[in-house]
Amino acid sequence: MVMTKPSIDQVWEWLDAVPDPEIPVISLVDLGIIRGVAWLNDVLEVTVTPTYSGCPATRIINLDIETALNDHGIKQVTLKRQLSPAWTTDWLSEKGKAKLEDYGIAPPQTAGGPTQCPRCKSAQVEKISQFGSTPCKAQWRCTDCLEPFDYFKCI
Amino acid sequence: MGDNSLVLGHRVSEWCGVAPVLEEDIALANTALDLIGQTQLWLGLAAECEDKGRDADALAFRRDVWDFRNLLLVEQPNRDFGHTMMRQFLFDAWHSLVLAALKSSDDPEIAAIAEKSLKEVTYHLERSSDTVIALGDGTEESHMRMQAGLDRLWPYVGEMFLTDEHDLIDVAALRPAFAALTNNVLGTATLAIPTDNFTHKGGKTGAQHTEHLGHMIATMQFLPRAYPDAKW
Repeated sequence: MVMTKPSIDQVWEWLDAVPDPEIPVISLVDLGIIRGVAWLNDVLEVTVTPTYSGCPATRIINLDIETALNDHGIKQVTLKRQLSPAWTTDWLSEKGKAKLEDYGIAPPQTAGGPTQCPRCKSAQVEKISQFGSTPCKAQWRCTDCLEPFDYFKCI
Repeated sequence: MGDNSLVLGHRVSEWCGVAPVLEEDIALANTALDLIGQTQLWLGLAAECEDKGRDADALAFRRDVWDFRNLLLVEQPNRDFGHTMMRQFLFDAWHSLVLAALKSSDDPEIAAIAEKSLKEVTYHLERSSDTVIALGDGTEESHMRMQAGLDRLWPYVGEMFLTDEHDLIDVAALRPAFAALTNNVLGTATLAIPTDNFTHKGGKTGAQHTEHLGHMIATMQFLPRAYPDAKW
């Protein structure tokens, strides 16, 4: 039986529909952790880079990639871990950043902190802690609407 | 490198659920998580190079105290929060310099792990520096505790800069950069750096760990030792 291989563009599209397990509003492609997709004969190789070396979501992410591709009929998938170049928040897509903001997570800024409260848009914000509920986030607070919010760390 | 991040990662994780405030609890747990993640990379590479069928878990959970090659500084107990943060600051300062040097290693796998870890450690150093300054230059009580932490831990600093034949980089050469970094932060924190440079040693060589490591390892290794086939 001859299997028609889906195109690489098609695979990227499918991967862009796989949500991040911790922040389901953005996809793995938005997150910038899928570094390459290539056919090696009949095996699809997906190159993935971890966000943080100890992030517990990494295992789930790998599983989700395999499951999604299997569901689309690709039975042979190998995942390649790539550490270098190290993941940077510069790789977040513009679409992903906009979705984060809508979801209530301030997107990363090179200045090192959020420009505005994702809820009321006030610029009056202050840091509560450099760390947050997942390795990729810090906790900030708006001093106008008084709501605490997550900030996606810029690394 | 793997033993340092493993032992400090475990120590820091001991704060999980009992830190002074929720934000610090989360920050400590995240720091521990980064260090344990780095451990998986370093010990994974070590196991691969050793090629005796062991993996990172086997190296972490099936070795005894005398086989550990971590610095004495990281096995020191947490004591109070100030002491924990002083230990973190001294280690982060050293760790960031060592990783920056290893990033240029000829071995691509070592360079890649160093590059990845350095991003996380730069963030750790920023936080531990801020905390040391805030507490050192804080209340009379917090200042006293930070100074006590520094006095107690300073005799473990020298070991970090003893180069031996197993080192890939000359760690001794990093001491001036470490001095510049620590003088700046500890000075701003209004803390006095001890003048006596006596150093304990024996952790990195495995010759003589402090009595604290065995207790820590007994707790850390209990489950995989008691239930060798347990999967989680």
